[in-house]
Amino acid sequence: MAVAAVKTYEFPPADTVDKFHGAQLLYIGWEDHLLFCAPFAFPFPPTMRFGDILAGVLPGVFGYHPDFAKIDWAKAEWFKSGQPWQPDADKSLAENGLKHKDVIRFRTPGLTGIKGSCS
Amino acid sequence: MDMQVAKKKLGLKERYAVMTRGLDWKPSYQKMEDIYPYMAYEGIKIHDWDKWEDPFRLTMDAYWKYQAEKERKLYAIIDAFNQNNGHLNVTDARYLNTVKLFISGISPLEYVAHRGFSHVGRQFPGPGPRVACLMQALDEIRHAQTQVHSISNYNKYYNGMHDFHHAHDRVWFLSVPKSFFDDAITAGPFEFMVSIGFSFEYVLTNLLFVPFVSGAAYNGDMGTMTFGFSAQSDEARHMTLGLEVIKFILQQDPANVPIVQRWIDKWTWRGYRVLTLVAMMMDYMLPKRTMSWKEAWEVYFEENGGALFKDLARYGIKMPDCAAQIALEKDHLSHQAWSTFYNYAAASNFHTWMPDEEEMAWLSSKYPNSYDKYYRPRMEFWREEAAKGNRFYNKTLPMLCQTCQIPMIFTEPGDPTKICYREVDYKGDKYHFCSDHCKKIFEDEPEKYVQAWLPVHQIYQGNCFPEGTDPTVEGFDPLAAVLKYYNLEFGRDNLDFDISEDKKNFAEWRGQATKNV
Ligand SMILES: [Fe+2]
Ligand SMILES: [Fe+2]
Repeated sequence: MAVAAVKTYEFPPADTVDKFHGAQLLYIGWEDHLLFCAPFAFPFPPTMRFGDILAGVLPGVFGYHPDFAKIDWAKAEWFKSGQPWQPDADKSLAENGLKHKDVIRFRTPGLTGIKGSCS
Repeated sequence: MDMQVAKKKLGLKERYAVMTRGLDWKPSYQKMEDIYPYMAYEGIKIHDWDKWEDPFRLTMDAYWKYQAEKERKLYAIIDAFNQNNGHLNVTDARYLNTVKLFISGISPLEYVAHRGFSHVGRQFPGPGPRVACLMQALDEIRHAQTQVHSISNYNKYYNGMHDFHHAHDRVWFLSVPKSFFDDAITAGPFEFMVSIGFSFEYVLTNLLFVPFVSGAAYNGDMGTMTFGFSAQSDEARHMTLGLEVIKFILQQDPANVPIVQRWIDKWTWRGYRVLTLVAMMMDYMLPKRTMSWKEAWEVYFEENGGALFKDLARYGIKMPDCAAQIALEKDHLSHQAWSTFYNYAAASNFHTWMPDEEEMAWLSSKYPNSYDKYYRPRMEFWREEAAKGNRFYNKTLPMLCQTCQIPMIFTEPGDPTKICYREVDYKGDKYHFCSDHCKKIFEDEPEKYVQAWLPVHQIYQGNCFPEGTDPTVEGFDPLAAVLKYYNLEFGRDNLDFDISEDKKNFAEWRGQATKNV
């Protein structure tokens, strides 16, 4: 269905990749850890190594949670747009097939938040 | 000399006929479509504007007299409140944050409602609805003004309210109520009437104004309470207008029914998402609670709204589908919302805190199916960490829903442990949603929602820093720059209530008023 309008209604979308100064948006969520109320949004260059996000970004973002230090990254399960997905830590975001405004999340088996409440 | 003949006074009905309907005329040298250019494009068909019934038959002259009387009473009470340090009579200083939420989140909407009703009042060819919209436009600007006047006294003493309108147009969470109303006023006149006149003023108003006004009454806030009473008779008129409009449209042509149903579905959901703010206010921000959000939803929507939609069934209208999901969310909404504001307390114009032991017991009793299992562990953890000097401040920006603009905090219907993710590809870009309902609203009119001003994305585009800011310099602090752009002062307007100037000042002033120092 199209918008009801008195004349041609065409306006540019507000968040196309060209507006982010060389970065692209990536959303990252940690399953079963709702202490962080929502997934996060990041502007990353597409050339950034995925491993640099794991080692350099996520600790500052999720480190407050007592479960974070217990994560075994080898066992983490990843999802992209809800589907199982396998990132390569040595490759860049672009090489991992991540595009502007993609959403990825990770599950850390055995870790279920504060007192098992998924918080 | 002419003889003066005593004229008979007109009755109410004749008066209305002469002073409202009689003011209209048929244009002779301009086409109706040129004078009323927005009447056809939404697809609504009106065959006879004279079928419009005005249940109040209020004429403009009577309106002015009536409103002036209410105004005199209201300002007398506001003066007394101000002169007697009424602000020190509120239950405790945490209550003030409700006032901050109201003035920055709701009062600016009154002003936009004024603009919206002025616009549609101009567009309707029928004199009955045109005059009714004119009165509502005046009511709404009066509401905006009287709210600002009632609350300005608090602004003299407490933080975060000093630039509420500036905040409304910029602060991340205020884009939720702002974009809701922007969506309505940029729709056509009929959709505006269904969205604001019916869905908001009729279906949801008791869940917006009643909680704030009764919350004010329970917590000793004479100013806000008096404003609420002064607006009450206006609200009754607005509700009647909203219901009248919808019945009128539905009776004019059967082809109008599916269009109106789609609007009701959309605007019930849009309005409900805005009420997330009210839910957390009721369950967490009022030191003395009135009722829980869940109870309010059950009384005002499930019972009263249920009866309303039963009544509308004979026009072919049914209860919006989203009601089923809202019923599932009622055990979770306020807790998820307050957790969010606790997370982002560094970027807000009001303070947050964790409930104390007694308040947690109240939450457990009101939410036996959810609070202890899902939310108490989280909140106890936060409370313990804060006591250790490690209060949680989330400094990373959240992912937002493209339609309602709320961070993606809502969980899957039926599974409160999983965030609900929905997405759509549109013209080569991805768009994300908090729910099937926000996704459907987008899919119905993607051209509109791709333009959404999402605060998080705007910050990353560099559009939310004061002019002249260079985000590439060494040690650039984006939060500090964004707060400057919001005109909020770090450490004074934001952060936890416990360390706030408000808390300290209130205790000191109340001490002076009640003890010998
Ligand atoms: Fe109003
Ligand atoms: Fe949404």
